Amino acid sequence: MVEHRGLGRVVPYIILTLGVAIVAFPVYLCFVGSTHPQEITANGQMPLTPGPIFFETYYKTLFVGSSGSTREPVATMLVNSFIMACTIALGKIAISIISAFAVVYFKFPLRMAAFWLIFITLMLPVEVRIYPTYKIAADLNLLDSYAGLTIPLIASATATLFFRQFFLTIPDELVEASKLDGAGPLRFFWDTVLPLSRTNIAALFVILFIYGWNQYLWPILITTRDDMQTIVIGIKKMIVTADALTEWNVVLATAMLAMLPPVMVVVLMQRWFVKGLVETEK
Amino acid sequence: MQKRAIFGGKSLPYLLLLPQLFVVAVFFYWPASQALWQSFLLQDAFGLNTSFVWFENYKELFEDTGYYRTMLTTAVFAIMVAGLSLSLALLLAVQADKSIKGASVYKTLLIWPYAVAPAVAGVLWIFMFQPSLGVVAQGIRAMGWNWNPLLNGNDALTLVVLASTWKQISYNFLFFLAGLQSIPRAVIEAAAIDGASPARRFWTIILPLLSPTIFFLVVVNIVYVFFDTFGIIDAMTQGGPSKATETLVYKVFFDGRLGGNLGSSAAQSVILMIMVVALTAVQFRFIERRVAY
Repeated sequence: MVEHRGLGRVVPYIILTLGVAIVAFPVYLCFVGSTHPQEITANGQMPLTPGPIFFETYYKTLFVGSSGSTREPVATMLVNSFIMACTIALGKIAISIISAFAVVYFKFPLRMAAFWLIFITLMLPVEVRIYPTYKIAADLNLLDSYAGLTIPLIASATATLFFRQFFLTIPDELVEASKLDGAGPLRFFWDTVLPLSRTNIAALFVILFIYGWNQYLWPILITTRDDMQTIVIGIKKMIVTADALTEWNVVLATAMLAMLPPVMVVVLMQRWFVKGLVETEK
Repeated sequence: MQKRAIFGGKSLPYLLLLPQLFVVAVFFYWPASQALWQSFLLQDAFGLNTSFVWFENYKELFEDTGYYRTMLTTAVFAIMVAGLSLSLALLLAVQADKSIKGASVYKTLLIWPYAVAPAVAGVLWIFMFQPSLGVVAQGIRAMGWNWNPLLNGNDALTLVVLASTWKQISYNFLFFLAGLQSIPRAVIEAAAIDGASPARRFWTIILPLLSPTIFFLVVVNIVYVFFDTFGIIDAMTQGGPSKATETLVYKVFFDGRLGGNLGSSAAQSVILMIMVVALTAVQFRFIERRVAY
């Protein structure tokens, strides 16, 4: 690189370290708070180092639930979140990859109309049609069910566009070769397109898993029973029940547990995460 | 746009499209049209009678100073989050782009907040800034500033902005880093040989070449503040105190809750839809332009 002299050499390290510290500080405090008894925290006397009740708090949070309310233990919420995130991610990938395959590899009346119908949903996020969507889900008996949590979110213009772009880069010779070998469209899809799409599917899965895990508005509308809650909405309800009685150690432990899976996914699958994030936004 | 070599087959493509089109029709187009229809209806207080009132709901909305206030709050919120998170992310990305040791470790340590749910980010920040028990809040109050986001609207908005910015830095950082890495080194080195100082190189070469990324991120950040901050607001302030942190989306949710004012809520939804269409159009025009770069 260009020039590096004296003090200038350490500046990037100082700024980046400060940046990392600022970004990590809220989570560090959250962890510390989850290891101190609630009386100490509630009095505003929490020390800045981890306290003595790590195991008690996390055991209680996961398997017993907070005492002041009838809330389910967080283990149930984690299971719900896992089911929701995986179903949304896999469902979006599955229905988008076959839609994109149909649009790219077939010629049929209304092909472009179908493509545009999917594309325009980009402009209709849940937030602009909150109550009518809720009403339909209620009419279809989807309240408090995994189907209700996932199916309404499973269409994906972004994923369809992403696969379409990718299919357009697959050389035509591959189709011709499969046709010569006597393969039909489904065979070609299964034997050629799907294996070629592996890294794209992985990248998309990482992004969509995080998307599904972090859903908030839709689960809050569609679930009323405690045992159907996801962890992200469960944690909010723990705080609301009378401020003074908030069991901060349990709330903060829940926050840690809610962050852990998606953050691990980003850190461990960073390559796919970056690919998915950068390429789906194009 | 289409392939040369394609498959025949009359019904197979329709079958392949069916699942997606079904979900889209039932859960996107039908509710969206319902929102449009409801925005022209007025329900009486008991929900017994509904009458068609043309643009009455819209008229009421635009005569309500509260609606303008919510628009202003949303705009201020968006400008502050975009400004703060873009400049911090750019600062960090420029440092990470230099040839330093452990660049990839720094990168990993900076991008993970993307994965934190907005509502959880809200909980983390309220815990630090809650006036009676928050560690940071106590520091602020010890300095003599009567910090209280539970009562003071400006404090609450500041807090929501901080939490939203914290979550968004990682996203902007990644895109800035990708943008910086695509700038040819030769250009920068040539300027350095000509004697341009680092600051001058940044303002006259790096920043202009980064402008497509900046523009793209501004739009994405606005969309983020409009829609994705719902969880942050609901976990931290519920739009309060006295509506100081209420965004347009939060108002749609709040006004229609428990069947409150569905007509007005639907009218607001329609206005939001128009805004999303406009934002998306801007974004796509920009992408077309970028292809030409």
